[in-house]
Amino acid sequence: MLTKSQAKLFFLAGTVIFSVLFLGLSIDTHLNRVGEQTHEENITEGVIAGKHLWEENNCMGCHTIMGEGAYYAPELTKVVERRGVPYIKGVLMSPTPWGEHTSGRKMVAYGFSDEEANNLVEYLTWIGNIDLNGFPAKPQYKVEKNN
Amino acid sequence: MKFKTQKIAYWFFLSALGLLALQIIYGFIMGFAHMGMDGLHDIIPFNTARAVHTNLLVCWLLLGFMGSAYYIIPEESQNELYSPKLAIIQLVSFLAVGVTAVIAYHLNWWEGRKFLEIPRPLDYLVVVNVLAFLFNILMTLFTGKKQTTTALVLAMGLLFAALLYLPGMIWFDSQTLDSFYRWYVVHLWVEGVWELIMGGILAFLLIKITGVDREVIEKWLYVIVGLTFLSGILGTGHHYYYIGAPSYWLWIGGIFSALEPLAFLAMALFAINMYRKGEKKHPNKTALNWTLGAAITSFVGAGLLGAAHTLPNVNLYTHGTLVTAMHGHMAFWGAYAMIVLAIIAYAMPNLTGRKLYNNNMTMYAFWLSNIGMIGMTVAFGVAGVAQVYMERIMGVDFMETQKEIQPHFLVLVLCATGFCAGIILYIINFLQYGKPSDEALVSE
Ligand code: HEC
Ligand code: HEM
Ligand code: HEM
Ligand SMILES: [Fe+2]
Repeated sequence: MLTKSQAKLFFLAGTVIFSVLFLGLSIDTHLNRVGEQTHEENITEGVIAGKHLWEENNCMGCHTIMGEGAYYAPELTKVVERRGVPYIKGVLMSPTPWGEHTSGRKMVAYGFSDEEANNLVEYLTWIGNIDLNGFPAKPQYKVEKNN
Repeated sequence: MKFKTQKIAYWFFLSALGLLALQIIYGFIMGFAHMGMDGLHDIIPFNTARAVHTNLLVCWLLLGFMGSAYYIIPEESQNELYSPKLAIIQLVSFLAVGVTAVIAYHLNWWEGRKFLEIPRPLDYLVVVNVLAFLFNILMTLFTGKKQTTTALVLAMGLLFAALLYLPGMIWFDSQTLDSFYRWYVVHLWVEGVWELIMGGILAFLLIKITGVDREVIEKWLYVIVGLTFLSGILGTGHHYYYIGAPSYWLWIGGIFSALEPLAFLAMALFAINMYRKGEKKHPNKTALNWTLGAAITSFVGAGLLGAAHTLPNVNLYTHGTLVTAMHGHMAFWGAYAMIVLAIIAYAMPNLTGRKLYNNNMTMYAFWLSNIGMIGMTVAFGVAGVAQVYMERIMGVDFMETQKEIQPHFLVLVLCATGFCAGIILYIINFLQYGKPSDEALVSE
């Protein structure tokens, strides 16, 4: 039967081995892979400014991006492709809560300036071009609304 | 209790329950918003409610863990707490930081990174606070007469949790790297080091309640935490599938995270077997219920419901849907909320010398909250699965899908009401115990 010291060895060895493996893979991901897969060269000043706006306003508290965030408002990874730039700028610059007259579910009325809206669009465009290993999956059907 | 300074734990438990109550209020706000009733939008928009809900959850669980440590470590190491004064300062400052953060979220001041919303300046205060806590606990442990495995595992969990907080504080221009290191905190906490904390508390409770030999219990504790790290560290990969990280994570994350339920299964089997084996029948059945309940519910919520969406080909469709919320609720409840409620239920009679357990109120508290939580999990799950089929497979627009699944949120709110009733009873019972007293000291 397993003794206590064998169990302890199992714990300690497992912890060390898997921590080392994980750190190694993290380094590989960070240094060798992510740059290419996310087109790091396209991270412009505008993208960075957009990311700051994204975080300062906690957009992730209602939306998901790359599948991370809240489940209250649309997934935004492919929003530029889906809606186009003018629509998105309309949402961001709206002085009244967006959604009020469409779904009834409200977004915060940020009323961003043109420049701020452009930065957020640049950020969303950069996100939309990342190679996400197939996410979001293309729906298998296309249903049509009957009314 | 055996040491006077264990009384400090009471104040941590009291604060934890207060924050739990507040957390639930913000949960209701979100539940109603999902039903289309967001009348509070102008003062408390959804993102504020969410940040408050999840941050208060983490705060009260941390306070619960700290309280547990202040109760367990003196008893295990047979030593008075190193500095009760530091513990009080640490509690008050922790609460001050928490309250400031909650207010900040109402004023649009935050970091906007899921679960790590705390504004940066407050992050530093959290770090200082946790260092003070660890110093106090480690000094108590290492100047004590004994360093038991239970105490060491608990302390190690707390120490690693503090260290892992740091990678989450680095700024990255790239959303991918930002998210990559955010999981060092979020995943490696709940599916790594917090399991050590849970295992430590569970082992302590089982030793006390079942009277099974410490050597046997602690041997299995090592096996469980061994399984945790064996699967959970590389299991982090299940968050790296679709965020712009390389595709090898699909394999690594898939295989190792699929093994993660083993640690929770081991925990459940361990608790049940120790209970069966134990000759001593401890009179505090309420604490026993919560202890076994935590071990079993964590296996269901974290193990089974986590496994349900952890394979990459499933996660491709469920990633970032209400399916995740289903799992998040039951996992946090079973593993961490219940173990904190278990140690409180065990500690209160010992701290106060009063035996207010095994009555109708404690029984209803246990069953109402658990049945309510099961109902909530089902409601989230049904809504989530419907969302996946409509939006992700049939291609229905996001907002239209949300309209269709709205009725499930009525079910959610109804079940949440039952859950809430259970928690209210738990808190009333807690308050009836009153304050801890030196008269409750026993020498054994
Ligand atoms: C309080 C919740 C909330 C917050 C915070 C929020 N949004 Fe929204 N947002 C919504 C809702 C709800 C909709 C959908 C409204 C509708 O279409 O009826 C939406 C729609 C959008 C859309 C259009 C998406 C589409 O597919 O139609 C974009 C783009 C957007 N938001 C960007 C942002 C950005 C950027 C931020 C942060 C600065 C943000 N949102 C913060 C709730 C929120
Ligand atoms: C009355 C009870 C509760 C209600 C009505 C409620 C409701 C909600 C809602 C609506 C969300 C947001 C989902 C979204 O983003 O759209 C949420 C998030 C969350 N809640 Fe609760 N909640 C309650 C209690 C709890 C409890 C007791 C816990 C923990 C034990 C908890 C843990 C969480 C977690 C972890 C999240 C984040 C989930 C994720 O991001 O996947 N909640 N809750
Ligand atoms: C007590 C332990 C656990 C807790 C508290 C917990 C909690 C959570 C929470 C809150 C999330 C949402 C995170 C976010 O999107 O920011 C999440 C996501 C996830 N969890 Fe867990 N979890 C636990 C254990 C597990 C286990 C053991 C597994 C696998 C077997 C698992 C699989 C997953 C997966 C795959 C996701 C990602 C969902 C998505 O893609 O949206 N979890 N968990
Ligand atoms: Fe995870």
